Amino acid sequence: MTDEHIKQAIIGIIADIAPDEDTGSIDPAVRLRDQMDLDSMDFLDIVMELRKRYGVQVPDTDYQHLASLDSCVEYLRDKMAGKQLVS
Amino acid sequence: MTHYDAIIIGAGMSGLAAGIRLAMYDKKVVVLERHYVWGGLNSFYQFKGHQFDVGLHALTNYAAKGARGLPLSRLLKQLRIRWDELDLHQQGFSAVSFPGVKLKFSNDFELLRSEIARAFPSQIDGFDALTREVREFNELDLDAPQQDARPVVRRFVTDPLLEDMLFCPLMYYGSAREHDMDWDQFVVMFKSIFFEGFSRPQQGVRHILKLLIDRYRKAGGELRLKTGVKRVLVGATLASTGKRVDGIELEDGTVLTADVILSSAGLVETNRMVGATLVSPGGAPNVAGGASPAPTGKLSFTETISVLDQPAKHLDIEETIVFFSNTERFNYGQPADDVDTSSGVICMPGNFNLPAEPKDHLVRITNIANYDRWGTKRRDAGAPPASVMRAPCPQLRGEAPRNHAAEAATSHDYYAAKQHWYERSCADVLAHVADFRPHVKLVDMFTPRTIRHYTGHEGGAVYGSPRKLRTGATGIEGLILIGTDQGFLGIIGAALSGISMANRWVLQRDGAAIETG
Repeated sequence: MTDEHIKQAIIGIIADIAPDEDTGSIDPAVRLRDQMDLDSMDFLDIVMELRKRYGVQVPDTDYQHLASLDSCVEYLRDKMAGKQLVS
Repeated sequence: MTHYDAIIIGAGMSGLAAGIRLAMYDKKVVVLERHYVWGGLNSFYQFKGHQFDVGLHALTNYAAKGARGLPLSRLLKQLRIRWDELDLHQQGFSAVSFPGVKLKFSNDFELLRSEIARAFPSQIDGFDALTREVREFNELDLDAPQQDARPVVRRFVTDPLLEDMLFCPLMYYGSAREHDMDWDQFVVMFKSIFFEGFSRPQQGVRHILKLLIDRYRKAGGELRLKTGVKRVLVGATLASTGKRVDGIELEDGTVLTADVILSSAGLVETNRMVGATLVSPGGAPNVAGGASPAPTGKLSFTETISVLDQPAKHLDIEETIVFFSNTERFNYGQPADDVDTSSGVICMPGNFNLPAEPKDHLVRITNIANYDRWGTKRRDAGAPPASVMRAPCPQLRGEAPRNHAAEAATSHDYYAAKQHWYERSCADVLAHVADFRPHVKLVDMFTPRTIRHYTGHEGGAVYGSPRKLRTGATGIEGLILIGTDQGFLGIIGAALSGISMANRWVLQRDGAAIETG
């Protein structure tokens, strides 16, 4: 999976979790929390969706790496290698 | 024998919301509902071709589309519901009406504040300070120590009339305790009613229930109606230091096993299914806490439903909801008589800002009632016409008056009592709203007995036991309390209770187990 695909995977999950948010204009460098209404319950959902869709495990201690789209890409690059984007 | 990841007892708001969360993440889950319809405390029925809601006057916790960090926004995201799907329409304005003083409020908090500044000029600084205290309190900290609300409120509000006027709506919409509330519950209710406010879907509660049930089924959840639970089966843990849940036995004798059971049946009712008194381990007990048997709630209600021949607005009834007391000191406690009509809630569902005029023009009046007195009335007394209530005030239509009080008192007949209290209830709101009685064309009423039947709550206790197990933990591993007796209130609160308990006790644990396993 390319970096761009990883971004799309995360954006796809956020669009499902927060259907009222505009996911078209997310700044990848800025913390997701600062751009939209996401709380700790929602980050739990992002983690669970990653597991459900891509079989990727994110331990509690690594939640911090999901702060922004850019940091998600950094953190998930190895874990998502070879996976197919789920639309 | 069927084994589930989770069994949920009760298809009310909390049970359905918990079920959606678990089914969404591929848990094998079943919701068991004793009744033939889902909804629990918030349900609906048809009567003579009219559709009536039970429970829901209004959705509290209004949040505008796109509003952040509010309970409603959290709920929508957790259940993957778009704001527009709820079809919410705000109240016009509501009021708290006591002898000689009426305070209007709306979903704009400034209205209440200006009303208090006008009617209680000496109290406004204190009220502002109370408001700050409420705003800063974190009611989501389930481990915070508990305290009574009245002493806290009295630090800021010194006029007992204003104190009672503030408590009146908050108690009516959610207090399981008589005369006082737990402070955290006061905060939850204050925010949900005064800060956030009221709204409702055009179609009322059935619309919300339909959304939830559709979500649940689509996610693959199983729902069994007319399925009562006889017992919760408890065994020893492997470590034999405690007990853990094995499953449940249905009333028809079927046994279902599960890793986790989420019970929304209520604390007293779940105790009964387990055959033991459940106590939250390590959690801070609330004010009514302790290890004694859980007290059955004392607060039950009657509700009268009057169908008018025209919108209430045409009769100069402008408010959406009026919380009233005919005495300066508001008495929120079990009445000695069948019903206490000296205070109550008057709801005009047509006075929400709905896009279309509702088919029925309703006035609903809620009063506090005594379950024991209603529970012992005879229903077979055969005083005709037994089950069909008459439109009020035959004298207004030129018919001979009947002495329903005497009939009710002498016959102990359930139906005569309903007729009597319907008329008392309507007569005792006339200091607060215009006389709508000549315009009533159809009447219905439900009593604490109806509530007992629909909710399964002992004593018809709408808000459950005054004792809450706030973390959901019961001292039995795998058995979790959700809904009313976990302590979250209102439709949004109940749903969030189911969601947060499902997250905390199933989904988060699941994640941890996989990572370490």
